[in-house]
Amino acid sequence: MPIRIMIFGQLTDILNSHELTLTDIADTDALVSELNKRYPSLAGARYMMAVNKQTVTANTILKEDSVVALLPPFSGG
Amino acid sequence: MGEKKSYERYQRQIILKEFGEAGQEKLLQAKVLVIGAGGLGCPVLQYLTAAGVGTIGIADDDTVSLTNLHRQVLYSVNDIGLPKAERAASVMQGLNPDINIISYNQRLTVENALEIVKSFDIIIDGTDNFSTRYMINDACVLLDKPLVYGAISQFEGQVTIFNCCQESHDKPVNYRDLFPQPPKEDEVLNCAEAGVLGVLPGIIGTMMANETIKLITGIGEPLINRLLTYNALNNQVYELGLSAREETRALIPASEILFKRMDYQWLCGVSVSSFEIDGDTFDELLENQTIEVIDVREIGELPFVYEFDHQNIPLKYIGDSVQEIKSDTIVIFCQSGKRSKTAAVQLSGIFGTTKKIYSLKGGIENWKKSHSIQQS
Repeated sequence: MPIRIMIFGQLTDILNSHELTLTDIADTDALVSELNKRYPSLAGARYMMAVNKQTVTANTILKEDSVVALLPPFSGG
Repeated sequence: MGEKKSYERYQRQIILKEFGEAGQEKLLQAKVLVIGAGGLGCPVLQYLTAAGVGTIGIADDDTVSLTNLHRQVLYSVNDIGLPKAERAASVMQGLNPDINIISYNQRLTVENALEIVKSFDIIIDGTDNFSTRYMINDACVLLDKPLVYGAISQFEGQVTIFNCCQESHDKPVNYRDLFPQPPKEDEVLNCAEAGVLGVLPGIIGTMMANETIKLITGIGEPLINRLLTYNALNNQVYELGLSAREETRALIPASEILFKRMDYQWLCGVSVSSFEIDGDTFDELLENQTIEVIDVREIGELPFVYEFDHQNIPLKYIGDSVQEIKSDTIVIFCQSGKRSKTAAVQLSGIFGTTKKIYSLKGGIENWKKSHSIQQS
């Protein structure tokens, strides 16, 4: 069950990529802990999460071909 | 004569059937405040001026520097060292002498923000730091003003309209629904530290001007409750739906008096975890100091707490109850430690460094468990 993860802004420096695919991830909580395990500095980073183009705050079930986006805050103007 | 000339000036947009003379009249009546006359602010100001927005405010306390010129296209080398708000106003007036331009050559602060924001219908955030962005967001929520938001980082930009409802949409979303607490200023790099491609704020700022014009004239589908991200390197555009969050409201000062007590710069220098104390530290504080303990749960929420003195101020009222808080050291608790953290951040924004404010980590549930107290 592949989950596509899109990474924005300076989070790409932590995850070394604009896009990742992970398999066997049941929900967003599991995704966060898996990502934190792989990329420890992500744990201290601030970002919001969207699943299939809608922001989520509570734990959300991920289905086949779910697309998750991780967006950090931008301050520049 | 004046009217004929003005028709001629705007003729190319008036002939658009969706826009028409009615659209032009709406622009003429509109009052828009642009905060930050930098990379984003410049294109916003230029296009709103050209389009004929009747009253435009510019708030910026900065002066023009050579490093600005690769992206802040209103200014020239002759402007270096001069105030941006005044230079922008002068260039804009040259472009369109028929509109009313008000320049505020001052930094927006909790003291002056509400008075300035009140005189305008739509607020545009083109600032470059989190403390001002959170302050503008809170001011717009408090005064019920739509906020056209744009921000950039290196090659990417974000645009949306906050605090605005169309009939078909439900609750208005604000910036704190995305990021409830400000990051520390050094947590996210700004343009000066991380760099920015000069044309990027041009693109994002132009999108902000476009959203503003759509909002004023009622044409098209403005980015209400939707965030658009744009990547200048690969032209990827990604649009997200945004949702309001119940808990956000408690973070925003509920009145003008409370707003003026906020210390946004300080708030941006503090990490949320620094408020938290564990049960042992709490016990020590209870023994050794005159502290005030506040329960921010709802009235009557279980378990009841008989073990120490405290007062009950539900989270939603905490901002209104600051007069009741007298001690210099405050410990806040709730069921699990989540609401109390929110309250701690909110009170810290109000009291700044004048009081020590703590949140009991793990909440009363955890504290009772560690003291082997039967849950009542």
